[in-house]
Amino acid sequence: MLMPAPDQATIARRRDIATDLRRIVPSEAVIEGETGRRVYESDGLTAYRQPPLLAVLPETTDQVAAILRYCFRHRIKVVPRGAGTSLSGGALPLADGVLLGMAKFNHIREIDLANRCVVAEPGVTNLSISNAVSDAGFFYAPDPSSQIACTIGGNVAENSGGVHCLKYGLTTNNVLGIELVTIEGDIVRLGAKGLDSGGYDLLGVVTGSEGLLGVVTEVTVRILPKPAAARAMLVGFPASEHAGSCVAAIIAAGIIPGGMEMMDKAAINAAEDFVAAGYPRDAGALLIIELDGPPAEIAHLLERVESIARANGADSVRVSSNEAERLLFWAGRKAAFPAVGRISPDYYCVDGTIPRKKLSLVLTRMNELSATIGLRVANVFHAGDGNLHPLILYDANKPGELERAEQLGAEILRLCVAVGGVLTGEHGVGVEKRDLMTTMFSDADLNQQMRLKCAFDAEGLLNPGKVFPQLRRCAELGRLHVHHGETPFPELERF
Amino acid sequence: MSQLRPADPLQLSEAIAQCALRRETVELVAGGSKRGYGRPVNAAHRLDLSAFAGIRLYEPEELVLTAGAATELGKIETELAGARQHLAFEPPDWRHLWRSKAAPTLGGAIACNLSGPRRLRDGAARDHHLGFQAVSGRGESFKSGGRVVKNVTGYDLSKLIAGSFGTLAAVTEITVKTVPAPEETATLLLKGLGDSAAQAAMTAALAGPYEVSGAAHLPGERLTLLRLEGHAPSVTARRDALVALLAGFGAIESVDNDTSLVHWRQVRDAMPFANLPEHAIWRVSVAPSAGPPLVAALSPELDFQHFYDWAGGLVWLAVAGSDDGGAAAIRAALPENSGHATLLRAGEALRERVAVFQPLPGALATLSARVKATFDPAGILNPGRMYKDV
Repeated sequence: MLMPAPDQATIARRRDIATDLRRIVPSEAVIEGETGRRVYESDGLTAYRQPPLLAVLPETTDQVAAILRYCFRHRIKVVPRGAGTSLSGGALPLADGVLLGMAKFNHIREIDLANRCVVAEPGVTNLSISNAVSDAGFFYAPDPSSQIACTIGGNVAENSGGVHCLKYGLTTNNVLGIELVTIEGDIVRLGAKGLDSGGYDLLGVVTGSEGLLGVVTEVTVRILPKPAAARAMLVGFPASEHAGSCVAAIIAAGIIPGGMEMMDKAAINAAEDFVAAGYPRDAGALLIIELDGPPAEIAHLLERVESIARANGADSVRVSSNEAERLLFWAGRKAAFPAVGRISPDYYCVDGTIPRKKLSLVLTRMNELSATIGLRVANVFHAGDGNLHPLILYDANKPGELERAEQLGAEILRLCVAVGGVLTGEHGVGVEKRDLMTTMFSDADLNQQMRLKCAFDAEGLLNPGKVFPQLRRCAELGRLHVHHGETPFPELERF
Repeated sequence: MSQLRPADPLQLSEAIAQCALRRETVELVAGGSKRGYGRPVNAAHRLDLSAFAGIRLYEPEELVLTAGAATELGKIETELAGARQHLAFEPPDWRHLWRSKAAPTLGGAIACNLSGPRRLRDGAARDHHLGFQAVSGRGESFKSGGRVVKNVTGYDLSKLIAGSFGTLAAVTEITVKTVPAPEETATLLLKGLGDSAAQAAMTAALAGPYEVSGAAHLPGERLTLLRLEGHAPSVTARRDALVALLAGFGAIESVDNDTSLVHWRQVRDAMPFANLPEHAIWRVSVAPSAGPPLVAALSPELDFQHFYDWAGGLVWLAVAGSDDGGAAAIRAALPENSGHATLLRAGEALRERVAVFQPLPGALATLSARVKATFDPAGILNPGRMYKDV
């Protein structure tokens, strides 16, 4: 992966920059030693490593603003980082860039039950928001698998999803407001505790912008009352085609389950070996369907879903009989990644979304690609919303296997785009899928996105080398080109 | 004002590129039903987008619909109803406020980021806008998003375009998420509550597992409405539980499907203000608990009527006999750092003089102007529709 060439002059000034930053934050909050910097060299995408120029750990919004103002004035690149769980290399440092660690922003500032929202600092973990309001009967809906570790600031940067977003939406649908510091050091508030601010929806744009537009220093999220009850069912099918048509039939019947996950045979067996959740080992595909709401609704829908499943070829159906069993059903799915980690020295997690009806075509083609390239694939799949997570099994110690795994991943993502889907459903573009952006977007599409970046960060200092395959200067992008010369509007009707 | 009616995206690109070159301004119009919303636009050309109409793709089991931006909303709603689906953001019909007879379009609903009472639970147009095709103010065709809900590929321009009132790009094609329509709707009517007690009742209902999808209070009739939607056995169970929970708030009546639909259409379309043709009409978005205090603060100052949606978080105001339509008083009464007052309906002169959308603080105004310039550097698309110089 080619990153922008580091600026040697900046690297040579490491000591001076550290000294300057120590005028903004306490001395120990600037990390310039080799060992200390190595801590930050990688995020959840461990194939790429690069220690930063230095790391700085502010704890107030004013410090963040002062650091960014300093970096802007001296044209120093900045890479923001939450917990470092990105699976797309969103927090991969730069040799000539300051790593801005937000870990000290770890307090919940306000729990406002009357307005059903929580105001949190960006370094607060996703799960701790739900935990903080659990006793009052509320939860925060987006629940990425990394929710124990990942931070709400990182969730905003990546627009994180999770197994419950089919019914409850993604991060972008659950964030009410943020405080954002621009690279120029301006502090702006986007949104608040009310709904739908007037003006351009910059909150919607910053959410999912992968740290390229500004640094989030506070997040206001909406919280929801916990459903009265929830039950999960395990439905085994002879093959994934049957499971796919069952998912379509459930939705066509007007039922939106709280969660609807699919696993293929390889993933079922890996998870079963690891967790012993009682998954049907002989099934070709497994659906985990969760229904939540009042018990009367759950009973009604369980019956309807089971009959739809049987009509679509299900050969086993098990419904959780208590809360412990429901959690056990999920434990297998939630542990699918580490479970696959046990059967292979390394695995590479892919993240594309497809129109659901293309599932069987995509799985067939994926098996062919897997055979051609010679690496096994286990599939877990957010079936309700078409978000695929093929896990490519490889061994990094075997020369060339990582490259082949990346090649297979790229082929799978191209396939997702070719059938009408997208490159990334919830993990972000980062460095990982940066060079595939042109398979989905034209030059004009990408230019418009890069121009938007220029409105926030004209010098390209925030997280450069991520998302966009080619860096273009804002001055060049900003020019107004008119391609068609001086022809008047001959084709246009006039009234 | 000349009229331009491009027949296809290529002609649209050409027209906008030429206008950009000549620095000639254009007003974008699809159906034209919401021309009274926003500041008045005095453009050199009227760009009629009506050729970009028709449903291109509708796959109910995939929860997705793609249509030309000028497709009539009514046609889309009929099509969706055929598969027992709907647009969950509940686009309101406010034409009576503007005395318009034109047919509202999907493009208009997205451009104005419409939302109805269900905003409370299911979001606004922005939350259902998955992708689009458009021509920027540079005359360049571009797209963003896609046809799937789970998509974080590149910036989420679908959000930015929603609510941009045609000031960034001329949108030609739109993809939205469709949602199963509720099988059953029930509404609880609480009678005789004042604003604060109504707000307390709505808050209590929203703090429990009842999935309330609408919470409104009409002070004129002293009527508080709580909506429950979903599968029939679920609606019954939640209704019974909620009636028990709210027993302390006085008399509660429960009404069925058809009566519910009538009530919520009234709230959605601001029908309490239907017979106030001269009043300035505002939608004020605040934290829900800030709704009744806002109204209390305005009471001595202004001659107005009001009602609440979104559990108190949306305050509708109809202001009479004020030089500025109540703008200064309303904006002064907003809580610090939050709250947005939008002048939804007023005469042209007032909309010219008074900020229709909440004025932005300095750094945010600068950022917004820069964002506009990246899409429309010559400033030709709907100039001044949102803010005077943007």
